[in-house]
Amino acid sequence: MNDRKFEKSSEKSVEPIVEIVGMHKWYGDFHVLSDINLKVQEREKIVICGPSGSGKSTLIRCINRLEEHQRGRIVVNGTELTNDIKNIEKVRAEVGMVFQHFNLFPHLTILENLTLGPIWVRKKPKKAAEETAMMYLEKVNIAEQAQKFPGQLSGGQQQRVAIARSLCMHPEVMLFDEPTSALDPEMIKEVLDVMIGLAEEGMTMLVVTHEMGFAKSVADRVLFMDDGEIVEQNRPDHFFDNPQHERTKLFLSQIL
Amino acid sequence: MSEPTTSRRAQLKPPVTDIGVIGWFHKNLFNTWYNSLLTIITLALLAALLPPLIKWAFIDSVWYGPAAACHDVDGACWSVIPHNIRFIIFGFFPEGQAWRPALAMFLLLSLVVYSRKRERWRSSLGWLWLISLTVMGILMYGGIFGMPVVETAQWSGLPLTLMLSFFGMVAAYPLGIMLALGRRSRMPAIKSLCIVYIEMIRGVPLISLLFMSSIMFPLFLPEGITINKVLRAQIAIILFTAAYIAEVVRGGLQAMPRGQYEAAESLGLTFNQTMRLIILPQALKIVIPPTVGILLSAFKDTSLVVIIALYDVLKTTKVTLSNPKWTGCSTEAYIFLALLYFAFCYAMSSYSRRLEKELDTSY
Repeated sequence: MNDRKFEKSSEKSVEPIVEIVGMHKWYGDFHVLSDINLKVQEREKIVICGPSGSGKSTLIRCINRLEEHQRGRIVVNGTELTNDIKNIEKVRAEVGMVFQHFNLFPHLTILENLTLGPIWVRKKPKKAAEETAMMYLEKVNIAEQAQKFPGQLSGGQQQRVAIARSLCMHPEVMLFDEPTSALDPEMIKEVLDVMIGLAEEGMTMLVVTHEMGFAKSVADRVLFMDDGEIVEQNRPDHFFDNPQHERTKLFLSQIL
Repeated sequence: MSEPTTSRRAQLKPPVTDIGVIGWFHKNLFNTWYNSLLTIITLALLAALLPPLIKWAFIDSVWYGPAAACHDVDGACWSVIPHNIRFIIFGFFPEGQAWRPALAMFLLLSLVVYSRKRERWRSSLGWLWLISLTVMGILMYGGIFGMPVVETAQWSGLPLTLMLSFFGMVAAYPLGIMLALGRRSRMPAIKSLCIVYIEMIRGVPLISLLFMSSIMFPLFLPEGITINKVLRAQIAIILFTAAYIAEVVRGGLQAMPRGQYEAAESLGLTFNQTMRLIILPQALKIVIPPTVGILLSAFKDTSLVVIIALYDVLKTTKVTLSNPKWTGCSTEAYIFLALLYFAFCYAMSSYSRRLEKELDTSY
């Protein structure tokens, strides 16, 4: 995989699946994201870290337009994000999102949570959608809970359901917004294991997380963000052993 | 150390003052000195009030005798009801045709009762409603199958009350939801239109709306065109109730966390799908208690149509009591009416509590 990345720098034969060029975003007067440039290749796994308030969540939320950017371009799988709602819906259907607080639909059963997108967005027949859903529930080891409601599950189980819900849409890219930050320590591992399994299968992933162990073992590239900028990006071994910038060094010294 | 300790521990019974009848009395009636005092005062009041009430209502009362029989007794004169029941319930509906509104009401109530179970909410039930409503309309108005036409001016009594409140609620609920969504719209024109509507309607009493609909509204219509009086009252009730529903629903919408919108949107659901499948089902569930409160008052407020000379069941009762023969029996007639209203309201509120329980998925 790394080979391909080096290839890319010399020739532009492989289209990136996510391409962000010169993107800026403001909240009112506050400049949250400044001149973001990022290319994500298919099957690439990127971990984004940085202090709180550095704009890392905002960055990945821009990729499926939960946040609007004001300048620059974001192209996802060949579709540019503009105000065109049809394009936005198309991109959202292709991009899976996992939230810090799971955001399952509490009034629907686990199975209904999973089939909702395929049935209403992909127009799949109910039966086929349920079969796919059960397959993914088994994959995240939670098939026996299919008929329960989210409120009956633990945090770790809910987050695994949330991952399965995204997978049912067969996404091209998965975005994870601090997926383990709201979990009790003993539940973090079960969620990380699912994510590692996904990575091994070649899913393209952008992960905002503070789990540096996950970054070291899974990421192809680690991005360090501070104050709305991408300060540094590198392969994980270089990033952790030999950080280039003072700000990165300071951050790493605080969390490791 | 690891063997279960419960098996070896002596299993003592709780103190006798905590269980059984004594326990119940102790816990519910005499747990503190002021609760004991309240219990005793309540018992004393009941002892003072209940026997005379029972004596008046059941022992000394006249149940079926003629009005004259009431003059000889001290008790309640219940016979006012059986002697006037046809007029109280059906009002001015023509003599001999009362079976028609009776059948229509029976049809409406049985359909409502049948529809109470959520698993029966299918499209076939919708068709059943449509057909039944048509049948009810035919029964009430007549004009075919040899049934003489009964103008809406003659519709009165309980059928009128039920009709005004049923259609009032059924139409006001979706209208209220749309107003609530409109008030949260990002489009300024729609938003301000909804705000103006809601605030204007909530700023005036229902009585004034009814007056407007019956007196002012016809003035604006071109000559020769009239809109039925019952229909005008019906529309006024719907518009009034919808404004209140809208604000309650808006409260429910505001209670929805942003994460629910975001999760739905990131699946690629459209705005309409997000609202219909994710947001409204949850928001409407949260606001069941206040919504039912509004529907109950809408039901009772239909009695205000009396001021535009429609004869609902309260008015037909009053008319009955204006007959000199029965003037003295107003208490009895109003108790009967109260029980009638209570039966409907209680049915609605207990159904809403059941619905809340069924829809509850938080554990």
